[in-house]
Amino acid sequence: MSANLLKESGPREVFCGLTSIVWLHRRMPDAFFLVVGSRTCAHLIQSAAGVMIFAEPRFGTAILSERDLAGLADAHDELKRVVRDLLARRPEIRTLFLVGSCPSEVIKLDLARASEQLNQEMEGRVRVVNYSGSGIETTFTQGEDGALSALVPMLPTSTERQLLLVGTLADAVEDRLITLFKRLGIDTVRSLPPRQSTDLPPVGPGTKVLLCQPFLSDTTRRLRDRGAEILPAPYPLGAEGSRLWMEAAAQAWDINAAQIRATLDPLMERARLALEPHRQKLAGKRIFLLPESQLELPLARFLQRECGMDLVEVGTPYLNRDLMRSELELLPDGTRVMEGQHVEQQLDRVRDARPDLVVCGMGLANPLEAEGIATKWSIELVFSPIHGIDQAGELAELFSRPLHRHQLLAAGRQC
Amino acid sequence: MDLTLWTYEGPPHVGAMRIAASMKGVHYVLHAPQGDTYADLLFTMIERRGQRPPVTYTTFQARDLGGDTAELVKRHVREAVERFEPDALLVGESCTAELIQDQPGALACGMGLNLPVVTLELPAYSKKENWGAAETLYQLVRGLLKQQPANPGAHNPTAWKEEQRRPRVNLLGPSLLGFRCRDDVLEVRKLLDRHGIEVAVVMPLDASVADVMRLPDADVNVCLYPEIAESSCSWLERTFGQPFTRTVPIGVGATTDFLAELRALLGMEPPASDEGAQQSRLPWYSESVDSTYLTGKRVFIFGDGTHVLAAARIARRELGFEVVGLGTYSREMARPVRAKAKELGLEALISDDYLAVEAAMAEAAPELVLGTQMERHSAKRLGIPCAVISTPMHVQDVPARYSPQMGWEGANVIFDTWVHPLMMGLEEHLIGMFRHDFEFVDGHQSHLGHLGGLQSGQPEPNAAPAMTAVAGDVSGETTLTWTADGEAELKKIPFFVRGKVRRNTETYAREQGRGQIDSETLYDAKAHFSA
Repeated sequence: MSANLLKESGPREVFCGLTSIVWLHRRMPDAFFLVVGSRTCAHLIQSAAGVMIFAEPRFGTAILSERDLAGLADAHDELKRVVRDLLARRPEIRTLFLVGSCPSEVIKLDLARASEQLNQEMEGRVRVVNYSGSGIETTFTQGEDGALSALVPMLPTSTERQLLLVGTLADAVEDRLITLFKRLGIDTVRSLPPRQSTDLPPVGPGTKVLLCQPFLSDTTRRLRDRGAEILPAPYPLGAEGSRLWMEAAAQAWDINAAQIRATLDPLMERARLALEPHRQKLAGKRIFLLPESQLELPLARFLQRECGMDLVEVGTPYLNRDLMRSELELLPDGTRVMEGQHVEQQLDRVRDARPDLVVCGMGLANPLEAEGIATKWSIELVFSPIHGIDQAGELAELFSRPLHRHQLLAAGRQC
Repeated sequence: MDLTLWTYEGPPHVGAMRIAASMKGVHYVLHAPQGDTYADLLFTMIERRGQRPPVTYTTFQARDLGGDTAELVKRHVREAVERFEPDALLVGESCTAELIQDQPGALACGMGLNLPVVTLELPAYSKKENWGAAETLYQLVRGLLKQQPANPGAHNPTAWKEEQRRPRVNLLGPSLLGFRCRDDVLEVRKLLDRHGIEVAVVMPLDASVADVMRLPDADVNVCLYPEIAESSCSWLERTFGQPFTRTVPIGVGATTDFLAELRALLGMEPPASDEGAQQSRLPWYSESVDSTYLTGKRVFIFGDGTHVLAAARIARRELGFEVVGLGTYSREMARPVRAKAKELGLEALISDDYLAVEAAMAEAAPELVLGTQMERHSAKRLGIPCAVISTPMHVQDVPARYSPQMGWEGANVIFDTWVHPLMMGLEEHLIGMFRHDFEFVDGHQSHLGHLGGLQSGQPEPNAAPAMTAVAGDVSGETTLTWTADGEAELKKIPFFVRGKVRRNTETYAREQGRGQIDSETLYDAKAHFSA
């Protein structure tokens, strides 16, 4: 581990954990996410969720009003009333997540107690779970960590030998990975979060966990407490990382090397072909990753080792050295890894370095484009199916496309 | 505690950001946790702006709460002033900071900064975005001008005559994330220029602190967007004696009235009565024979106060539509909207619950919806054409082309954007003529795509459960059934009136106590309603 690890603090420009709802509600269509917060929270999710809603969403906000703050209305009673109304309106909901926000945390609204009472009242028709997605405690993808770690105590216990994939994947990617694990000889593969919120996987001493996403610190800790073993590996981004990730499971299942090679080598060859055209566009180009999604380290590793890019700086909102160990080991010596953020100073460094591509949040992208710097939204990387060896080409394309576009438009300006 | 799935307005500090980001040389220090920085994307993505809004967030975290958040505020204020060197500083807080009561404004004022500091108190748990914008503009104007000598009695709006100069007005209210403000300002400038009236200051859009100091030099203020500017205009009137205009120049009639009002305030002759007909194509297009099909089209209007009031007037008086629903999400504008609705024989819908708006829309069964982007979605679900007339902003509402709503050109734009979603007259005429031809059996492929051109076997959009449920609930009776023969006859009716025919027929059947609707019932109902 010879990356140059630095820290910085100051004004941040990162989404809060509430934003994770935007992909979690798509993963578990029978769940509803009720933010207990302010008008700002409601406005944030609707702005980050895309522009507008085309169907009735599976998330909403119980907006605190002056009455709730002044204690005129008992906030717990009010919350229960809102939940009852909601469940009457949407009887198909099976799991209700009560999501804490900055205001509800500051006024110390006890959502755990509210969940408990509601669970009793609902008598098993709906399961009520709570976690915090507040911006004073969580950044962006940490919201998923909160939601999943809130589910861990509900998982049934089992000593069955199984592989548990933890972290939201696109359905198609997940299907493909399960097929590949079966080819390797691992038959029992389950997922957290599941596709149906009620279909919770069991956990116990026979469970070996592969983390699909690098931002799941609390969930990992709680799974360990339930007896699961976490398989150390890089994350399944890019061909190399995905292969090492799958091999970690294969080794835990004592699958012989010939079987692994027979299964994975053809995939690696295909990925090499898929990556080649993008590698040609990306090799030698300089990239600056601003902190947001926690995917920055695995992405930097992929872009440097498989696409030949030069890493100017790799930002990350926080650094869990344990979960990032395998990634840090694969980064080139001296890579500048910056934990935390002072957005103004970071932008100064971006301007000084004039990188070819910047990975950043939605609020910063157009201003950087206006300065002539190509950008990639980090939120897109959380939404897109980018995991696995088969997806390496698609992942590289997400980075080569903005460069390609800049080239096309620059050529257009010549004539 | 209110359950919200989607909301028309953001919190009040977003309104403050709209003012800060609209202006030059103003910086806003917002005491807020990191999640609140999402608001930047409203400007950089929705408005596609090439600069970040001039806002420094203190981004306090849970671990700061036990310590000294006041020191954190001061550090960010200091850094922001050093880095951005603003001409004026706004200091405020978002919803969470309001709870921890650091009073960042007072802290900043105590720092001995060498620039004007305006403190914002925007109660996040009771107020919303437009109110926040109006309050910020008002505090800024008042804060910057309070030192200027004021003698309201001495102001003479006709002084330009003796001073032998052109009359001078300020345009107040246009801001970022306001509906087509950028183009409206250009159009109003053109309009005023034609009348020999000079524009002194436009505010907040592109105004600097120096511009704010010049506000009292104008003869009259033009209040372009009352939601944002009315409180400032009335303070300027009280303090400096500057009168302001009440008419918003959207539509030919309102533009005419606006010119008359403004010229009267300035002591000028009334404008020529036919200027609208000369300068805008709306009056003639509306009179032209192709527009005959617009007669009595039933429209449902919902949006911000300014735009729905204007829309109601244009719809009825300039296009010959029938307004069947009128409402706004702006509670601050509830009074005038209620009055307008009453004048039209309606009860105004004042609500920020889009589901209530959708239900009202379904109930009114209009042929055209004029609304926000949300009503566009609701209307699509109901299979009704829609044009967007109001905020909240969507990237589609910031077009690359010139597209004002105000003045003569604005009237042209409105004619096109409202009328295009309806079928053009000749086209509708032909469909009526040929509707028994086999091509039209299942309706007509229109701009509404699959909703317009229903494929056989697809459910009819106007028969959506919401509609039948509403009909059923009102009567409290058992649901009516349509016979196969009745359904077949209904399908022969062009889709754009099918919903209305279905409703009428069901109402008739219920009145007549018929449980089944066959083709004969449909013809009976038709005769009954045309009689």
